[in-house]
Amino acid sequence: MAQAAQPGRPVYSDAPVRLFALAAVLWGVVGMFVGVFIAAQLAFPDLTFGIPWLSYGRLRPLHTNAVIFAFGGCALFATSYHVVQRTCQTRLFAPGLAMFTFIAWQVVIVLAAISLPLGYTSGKEYAELEWPIDILIAVTWVSYAIVFFGTVGIRKVRHIYVANWFFGAFIIAVALLHIVNSAAIPVSLTKSYSAYAGVQDAMVQWWYGHNAVGFFLTAGFLGMMYYYIPKQAERPVYSYRLSIVHFWALIFTYMWAGPHHLHYTALPDWTQSVGMIFSLVLLAPSWGGMINGIMTLSGAWHKLRDDAILKFLIVALSFYGMSTFEGPMMSIKTVNALSHYTDWTVGHVHSGALGWVGMISIGSLYFLIPRMFGRKTMYSTRAIELHFWVATIGIVLYIAAMWIAGVMQGLMWRAVNPDGTLVYSFVESVKASYPFYIIRMLGGLLYLTGMVIMLWNTIMTVRSGKVVETPVPMVTAHA
Amino acid sequence: MEILYLLIPMSALLVLMIIGVFGWALHGGQFDDLDREGERILNADGEALTGVKLEESTAPNNAHRVDSH
Repeated sequence: MAQAAQPGRPVYSDAPVRLFALAAVLWGVVGMFVGVFIAAQLAFPDLTFGIPWLSYGRLRPLHTNAVIFAFGGCALFATSYHVVQRTCQTRLFAPGLAMFTFIAWQVVIVLAAISLPLGYTSGKEYAELEWPIDILIAVTWVSYAIVFFGTVGIRKVRHIYVANWFFGAFIIAVALLHIVNSAAIPVSLTKSYSAYAGVQDAMVQWWYGHNAVGFFLTAGFLGMMYYYIPKQAERPVYSYRLSIVHFWALIFTYMWAGPHHLHYTALPDWTQSVGMIFSLVLLAPSWGGMINGIMTLSGAWHKLRDDAILKFLIVALSFYGMSTFEGPMMSIKTVNALSHYTDWTVGHVHSGALGWVGMISIGSLYFLIPRMFGRKTMYSTRAIELHFWVATIGIVLYIAAMWIAGVMQGLMWRAVNPDGTLVYSFVESVKASYPFYIIRMLGGLLYLTGMVIMLWNTIMTVRSGKVVETPVPMVTAHA
Repeated sequence: MEILYLLIPMSALLVLMIIGVFGWALHGGQFDDLDREGERILNADGEALTGVKLEESTAPNNAHRVDSH
């Protein structure tokens, strides 16, 4: 696929794809390192060394922002720019604007990495950045939408491939969510107050928060899944029809799952129930998509045996299936009464984040990076295999530890003596969680190790490859 | 819960917009030949395709155009 470009023939605009792909690997290492560090702080609280910048409350949003928006975000930018060009058989609309999105997104990431440890925060989970950065995010996102939809608009293929529908929904939804949730009244350059108050603010926050899970962490990565799994398996998606149904069912039902984050709060009871019902409904389209992706390998299961990239992609879908089953179950109010505020929630998030988002991104990047540097494969395929096993063991340790710790905490907090007093004090549940915090830290350390292996493999791939421009196929030549 | 007066109409509007886009896709022929579309990406890279968007094609002979309706 890496033919030399002939003079005068248009080539794909792959520069932003390359840059975003490399940035994704780099930010993955950084974000996961911060994650391991704060996991260690939970087991060894002295690790702040008395430095306020290193306190857990400041580093935790840095970790979440770095892994979601820096690692996940760069992976989404890279793959969406790649997929939209290849499936539309055209170069990017406004490649200069695409380069602007790269630079602006990196500025956002650096500003986040500086402002969060300094303690500047708007206090909204997954939307902590203060208003000037929020405006830069909005500008970047609108530019992204112009590049993406402009490219779809100038497509040379009549049909819009299903991956582009998922990427498109992700881009539009995130723009809407970000702008509504980040509405704030600034009082100075570094401080603002939310436009909403009290339970209203909580409702907007979790309308944003859960839809960010739905559209940023699900729809976008499903776009990757529907392109890179068929490409790597060299088989068309199991049922293209089902992929269309999957898309429309998912986007019609996602928007109202958010209230399940506010069970047993001041939010009206009926709103909580609506959130729970929508969350349960989501199981159907989620599993439809998961089965569709996995069954793409039907008749070619042997490819899983020696293709580590496929292992990443298929195991990602298995974790997607697991966490989209677990999530609806946890949204049931009676289950939530046990699980909420415990580490079970943390385990659930990481089964989705490390298992689904992380592994589908890593698999897709392992497909993408060599092709962006004129190679057929990564520098070392054995290193990919090693990365896969290290990461998988890491996830299993992480989520198993959090399940046990979470259920234990939930049971300890609700245990009451016959006279109505609590059996356990809070600190007793913290003490009981200690061994599981160590196991979680080790699991995270393994996952980080895998990411460092990937960074090394990426550097070696880039050093031994060279940038080759890929010509856009001349569709008219055939007609 | 005044916020619901913003969020619920916004969701309703969004659903109407999604229905609109779905209608466009349905009547615009996006779902006409789904069996072939899944296969297409596999031989797309570096190769010309038969499913050319009608108005983009400048070649005189349209015998190979599959989507020419």
